[in-house]
Amino acid sequence: MLLTERERLREELIALADQFGRQRSSLMPILQEVERRHFRISEYCMQVIADLLDLHPVEVHSVVSFYSFLDESPRGQFVIRLCRTITCEMAGKDHVARQLENDLGITFGQTTPDGKFTLQWANCLGMCDQGPALLVNDQIFTRVTPERVHGILQECRQTFGVHAVAGAKER
Amino acid sequence: MKDDLVNQRVRAPKSQTVRTVEAIQYAKARGETVTLTVDGNPVEVPLGTTVLEAARKLGIRIPTLCYHDDLCLAGVCRVCVVEVVGQRTLQAACSYPITAPIEVRTHSPHVRRARRHIIDLLLSEHYGECYTCNRSVGCELQALAMEYGVDFFRFGRLARPRYEIDASSHSVVRDMNKCVLCRRCIRTCIDLQEVGVLEAIGRGNRTKVSTFLDKPLADVICINCGQCINRCPTGALRANDPTDDVWAAIDDPSKHVVIQTAPSPRAAIGECFGLPPGKALTFELNTALRRCGFDKVFDTNFAADLTIVEEGTELLLRLKRALAEGDKSVALPQFTSCSPGWVKYIEHFYPDYLDHVSSAKSPQQMFGALLKTYYAETNRLDPRDVVTVALMPCSAKKFECNRPEMCASGYKDIDYGLTTRELAKMIREAGVDLPRMPKSEFDDPFGTATGSGVIFGATGGVMEAAIRTVLELVTGTKIEDLYEHADVMPVRGFDGARYAELPIRAVGPVPPLVENLFADWDWLRGATLKVGVCHGTANAMKVMENIKAGGRFSQCHFIEFMACPGGCLGGGGQPTPTNPEIRAARANAIYAEDRSYEVRKAHENPAVVEVYRRFLTGGPCGPKSHKLLHTHYTPRGKYIA
Repeated sequence: MLLTERERLREELIALADQFGRQRSSLMPILQEVERRHFRISEYCMQVIADLLDLHPVEVHSVVSFYSFLDESPRGQFVIRLCRTITCEMAGKDHVARQLENDLGITFGQTTPDGKFTLQWANCLGMCDQGPALLVNDQIFTRVTPERVHGILQECRQTFGVHAVAGAKER
Repeated sequence: MKDDLVNQRVRAPKSQTVRTVEAIQYAKARGETVTLTVDGNPVEVPLGTTVLEAARKLGIRIPTLCYHDDLCLAGVCRVCVVEVVGQRTLQAACSYPITAPIEVRTHSPHVRRARRHIIDLLLSEHYGECYTCNRSVGCELQALAMEYGVDFFRFGRLARPRYEIDASSHSVVRDMNKCVLCRRCIRTCIDLQEVGVLEAIGRGNRTKVSTFLDKPLADVICINCGQCINRCPTGALRANDPTDDVWAAIDDPSKHVVIQTAPSPRAAIGECFGLPPGKALTFELNTALRRCGFDKVFDTNFAADLTIVEEGTELLLRLKRALAEGDKSVALPQFTSCSPGWVKYIEHFYPDYLDHVSSAKSPQQMFGALLKTYYAETNRLDPRDVVTVALMPCSAKKFECNRPEMCASGYKDIDYGLTTRELAKMIREAGVDLPRMPKSEFDDPFGTATGSGVIFGATGGVMEAAIRTVLELVTGTKIEDLYEHADVMPVRGFDGARYAELPIRAVGPVPPLVENLFADWDWLRGATLKVGVCHGTANAMKVMENIKAGGRFSQCHFIEFMACPGGCLGGGGQPTPTNPEIRAARANAIYAEDRSYEVRKAHENPAVVEVYRRFLTGGPCGPKSHKLLHTHYTPRGKYIA
């Protein structure tokens, strides 16, 4: 069972390498695609990708550990990144944070047990004039109030992601 | 020759692989130069030369930290900053290519202050415990701090260590608390050696040099070559040091402690005592070791000669099966097995080719197996009380002596492997001033050695020694008649990968040593022995890819592989610092020692002949030598579960 799972993954990665090419520069698109589909980049994935692109596994790990949008351990299908920089702070991001934690039952840095949501801090989303701002996968929400939090989460749960979770839908 | 190395795979991006800026080559071809002034001194250099090189040409010292002669440029530490007049900010001299007639100031007040601050900042992240650090005095960061008058921790200091020390490996210990992120080890591991164990993990102030998934070094594909240790400017990387155990064995009166010394450390240990590189202290070292309390001092060269006889016979047996009997399944070319770094490399990266590796143990392990059997028997010692220590230029030898299969005698063949640096520390601890020791000989019965064993330490040496023996066994002609002074020049040198063809024009009678294995040599008449030599695992990879692709090296009969650049003399246990000049000086010392020997061919070593007569009665590759002197390998693969 485990072996077939790995074989399936290997096939998938070979297809990705065929699609994006096998140069060093193909690493980022492949990693982003794997992250989009599997919500993580596993040890085994990193080694197969390294093999396909003729890199060292540790180099792939280095890249994955560098970018906060690439994860080694499984993240939720929806990653909520709340801006914690000064203007959002002044616009009341703390209330939004409390509301998120209350609604999801987790603290920042954690993932819900059902694997749906991950809460993270972000550093400046570039929406300083419209704070507090948060990002759900790649969609931005501005002027978020504690009242709106419930709606945002509900939308995620119901639509199961119109944005950036195509892979989840396919499955 | 170099064009023949198909798949010249270059992993790193071009900007990183070239050590100096590429424009230099073009400029040299066109003859374009530029004149700049460094501290008011004019100098003319080819376009694209870096400021650091121009300053060196003038004899002006610019301090460096992340820069290393063997490695590609990084420009990350900023210690080498200089003022380029007209530029708003300071520039890193190591990576600033000169393209215009600029004016450089290397020690203006602005530069001096900046350098001091940069060093202060490096120190603020460095857990400096200089009193107990093994690199103290030899530490490049410490020297820079002294040089630039850093007299207090302007930006604070770490009060306690941040990371756990990784001492999982038998060979390399990593203490990331002392790391200043100069990335020399990364460039060594990825670019110089193409092994790829270390990389920068994380980002910003959480960056850390680490292994794949932060695993302990013992669990990843590290080949233990220790080249990273030689290039680390601080005490962050060091060898796993067993000197306390060795002292304990020496102090135990019931133990009989013997040490074998390899030629490379003997050619380099003087550097630890302030001598210039290239001065061999072989016989002074014998006296010093006896004063330290070792019971017997033996010469690894004896075992090297034995290795050559075993490995050469194995080669002839393989050739016989392939050429005379037409057996297609014979694994040719045969690969050498003396370099434990190379052995682990092929176990990880080319496990399908393990059949090609000679089954002969390395000289260190052969010696250990004989010491615990033959030597113990003839001297009426209990093998349990014999403690075998090996002085090696190598950190991978520490791993090798701890391999579970290296216990053919029923005991651990070699108990402790010491590096050159560790032994120098022991000698100093015993209050012995090595360079001023009187000379003394090695102990019998393994005292006599030949020049063949000595040159094992340099790249091409194993091949040269094997050629001397094999050609003489086969042709019956003295090797001196084939090559002047028995110097087989085609396999010498420092080129990364070398190829040579040695025609066998005539064959002689089968000598008594191997007459039970071969009836005649007729099948070798008119054959051409094709051999290859390479050093550094990056070159080994190129040769292996060439063999895979069916290139010239796949036609070889015998290939010597050495894991370290320059061979053993550039090993991971050798004194720091290291660079191409130092390695060349050590090679000269080794070849000079070879010339000083009367007997220069392994099979003529009287001690080797004696061992075959009295103990290894089955002859080379016979049943007894197979049990004690040969081994097997583990296909490890490069995937980590």
